[in-house]
Amino acid sequence: MSQLLEVNHLRVEFPTRRGTLVAVDDVSLHIDAGEVLGVVGESGAGKSMTGAAIIGLLEPPGRIAGGEILLEGRRIDNLPYAAMRAIRGRQIGAIFQDPLTSLNPLYKVGDQLVETILTHLPLSLADAKARAVQLLEDVGIPSPGERVNHYPHQFSGGMRQRVVIALALAAEPKLIIADEPTTALDVSIQAQIISLLKRLCHEKGTAVMLVTHDMGVIAETADRVAVMYAGRIAEIGPVQDVIKRPKHPYTVGLMGAIPSMGMDVERLTQIDGSMPRLNAIPKGCAFNPRCPVVFDRCLVERPDPMPAGNGLAACWRVMQGAEHAEV
Amino acid sequence: MVMLAVAFIAFSMFNFVGDPIVLIAGQDASAEQREDLRKALGLDLPTPQRFVKYVTDAAQGNFGLSYRTTEKVGKMIADRLPATLELSFMAALMALLLGIPMGVFTGLYPKLWVSRMLLAVSLVGISLPTFLIGILLIVIFAVVLGWLPSFGRGDVVQIGFWSTGFLTLSGWKAILMPAFTLGLFQMTLIMRLVRSEMLEVLRTDYIKFARARGLHNRAVHFGHALKNTMVPVITITGLQVGSIIAFAIITETVFSWPGLGLLFLQSVQNVDIPVMSSYLVLIGFLFVMINLIVDILYFVVDPRLRGQSGGGVAK
Repeated sequence: MSQLLEVNHLRVEFPTRRGTLVAVDDVSLHIDAGEVLGVVGESGAGKSMTGAAIIGLLEPPGRIAGGEILLEGRRIDNLPYAAMRAIRGRQIGAIFQDPLTSLNPLYKVGDQLVETILTHLPLSLADAKARAVQLLEDVGIPSPGERVNHYPHQFSGGMRQRVVIALALAAEPKLIIADEPTTALDVSIQAQIISLLKRLCHEKGTAVMLVTHDMGVIAETADRVAVMYAGRIAEIGPVQDVIKRPKHPYTVGLMGAIPSMGMDVERLTQIDGSMPRLNAIPKGCAFNPRCPVVFDRCLVERPDPMPAGNGLAACWRVMQGAEHAEV
Repeated sequence: MVMLAVAFIAFSMFNFVGDPIVLIAGQDASAEQREDLRKALGLDLPTPQRFVKYVTDAAQGNFGLSYRTTEKVGKMIADRLPATLELSFMAALMALLLGIPMGVFTGLYPKLWVSRMLLAVSLVGISLPTFLIGILLIVIFAVVLGWLPSFGRGDVVQIGFWSTGFLTLSGWKAILMPAFTLGLFQMTLIMRLVRSEMLEVLRTDYIKFARARGLHNRAVHFGHALKNTMVPVITITGLQVGSIIAFAIITETVFSWPGLGLLFLQSVQNVDIPVMSSYLVLIGFLFVMINLIVDILYFVVDPRLRGQSGGGVAK
């Protein structure tokens, strides 16, 4: 499959009064057509920023300070606003965290759908309306013909996220950036929404960049996964490899912290300490203060992602040939 | 309920501000003459009874006689009302038509020098007293440039009971300055309100999501953002329309505008209590009506208030 999206050495900066914060630092990744790439990491690891940079909606004063973003081989990170606007929704859709606030409370959901459809597709008003009803049906909203005329506040949280998904898919984009689409929902609803998203994207051949901090969601949904830490990619690779045979000590720690049904342990392991603030990232590898297998090179030199197994991991231990970074 | 309270306050004015009999009959009327007049006017009845009569009369549009001119108060007010309402209407219209676009503009482009300048000027608009602005305008446009008349309504056309200045050129010329003077404060207020609401709304998730859907900027700004700023703007505008009518007293005095405010001031000077109390009742009535309209507008703008069943409650 061809590469749908390619991100090379992306750097996102936030100029502040007390110096420039680097939210995303030298991130490279790619997404193939129809593929689901999971992006995990703690809050502030830069995963949402990467997503926002891709659809060109970084909030000022945040800006792309380096690197490039290519959509089907065409560079999109330096497009003028109007050209980027035409890509948003049509080529790259987005779903945000909170469905309660993603919909404009003053407009009927049908009108919001029709508006989006008419912006991108050359349809008549009647066709757009029919399509809006169809979209609501696709996302599993009961009696869609009636519901198009309802306002967002008349939907429950899970139903609203379905509407948001319908909106994101309205113009059949090739890629959807789903930024923690289930974080604000009940656990029971989360699984439904994720499987819905997975099914729809599979049917329509839409690729997904799924940003989340829920490793379980990633394990179920993603084809490949990128683990982010302090604005950088710690490890990226096929999801089974990363989960079963993590290379980076941070990933190892993450996996150890996930409870699972068959596991017979007294306590879950946890990673000591917390992620460094953006203005206090240590020299060398950003993970070095918390790393159980740290050695002298980690303190002075920052590792770039390097081949490890079927993926890449940014760790000097990997280079040393230690297949498994033992914890 | 509010109207009853206002009516009661207006009514009590009669009891606190001197004896009307003395005012009407004059200083040297005999005690007998006064007593007759008192009976004739129904002033010998106990207070609660007089209040009931006052309210029922007022409800039928009968506000009694002016002490000053012995004309019917209802007619005096009806004669003056169109002038004040037209002036207030123009002022409110100016405030909205100029205030909202300026607010949107400064909200969308807060960093442009034009926006900064508008904001600075709006501070002047908020701080300068109405009469000063009125006098400045008169000096510039009436005295120095001679473009606009400095007083009066110009030629008016009578349509039924309503006298309008909108049908003649001189009427339009005459209304410009007073309306601008009266509306300037509201205009700057609305502009600042719309601006801060716009800045607020533009940060919300649904605006971000609207952008992520690739909608045109025009649709995002005017369709999605502006409509969400409207609820507070309607509230403030509604309240302000009331105070426009009340503030009209000053503006009407400055421009000798033959409206209610001028009538009220003349009545105050002459202790013409029926006119004053009727004016009070009328303003109270207008406030109540405006609030009603504002509440109805809420329902039009915000579907969440329509109280249909189904779904969760937002926020």
